Amino acid sequence: MKEEQEILLVEDNSGDVELTLHALRGSDFGRRVHVVGDGEAALDFLFCRGPYSSRSFERPPKLVLLDLKLPKVDGLEVLRQIRTDPRTKTIPVVAFTSSQAEGDVIEGYRLGINSYIYKPTDFDEFREMVKQAAQYWLQINQPPPLAAFRGQ
Amino acid sequence: VKSDSRTKAIPVVILTSSKEEKDLVNGYHLGANSYIQKPVDFDQFREIVKQLGLYWLVVNEPPPNGAFSGPGPSGGKR
Repeated sequence: MKEEQEILLVEDNSGDVELTLHALRGSDFGRRVHVVGDGEAALDFLFCRGPYSSRSFERPPKLVLLDLKLPKVDGLEVLRQIRTDPRTKTIPVVAFTSSQAEGDVIEGYRLGINSYIYKPTDFDEFREMVKQAAQYWLQINQPPPLAAFRGQ
Repeated sequence: VKSDSRTKAIPVVILTSSKEEKDLVNGYHLGANSYIQKPVDFDQFREIVKQLGLYWLVVNEPPPNGAFSGPGPSGGKR
């Protein structure tokens, strides 16, 4: 049985990491989440470098859940770099953030975010949002095939 | 849609019966937000469309009006 890391959770708030993992526990996706705590680590993971140099561009996550307010490299910058490299350009990226700043939503969409989700403050709503997002992106959405990561 | 700044931010979900890889690849490269293959089974189809509606109208935060401003290809304003 393969244990692919299909969700990359980019989140610096340990409480939100716990809540997200808790929401996914018990579902099929629970064991397939990799967590990084800042934008630089997210880029290392996605670009298969540094501590992730053994990863392959041929096995991208099916979903990146991206907080926007991140240490080292900001979430929108992470998104920009993902979208400008053909090897990562088509990876589904969903902003998952407490930022309600209209500017962030606008910039996110302009940079090509697939979807934008506000973190609910209520625990039950938070859990429900995470479950629905994981279900949508891992079971309903058809992820980009390998050919999509080889440029055109 | 994705090459005009006035429409670029509109979420676009491809809902198609095409299983051709090139359509998937092109769809994503052109900036489709999501790609869904229509199930042939009626109940599955209904379920998928329900989930699609729930996700994009309830879970997703749509782009605010400010996301649609800016010059189009002809420099016009919305």
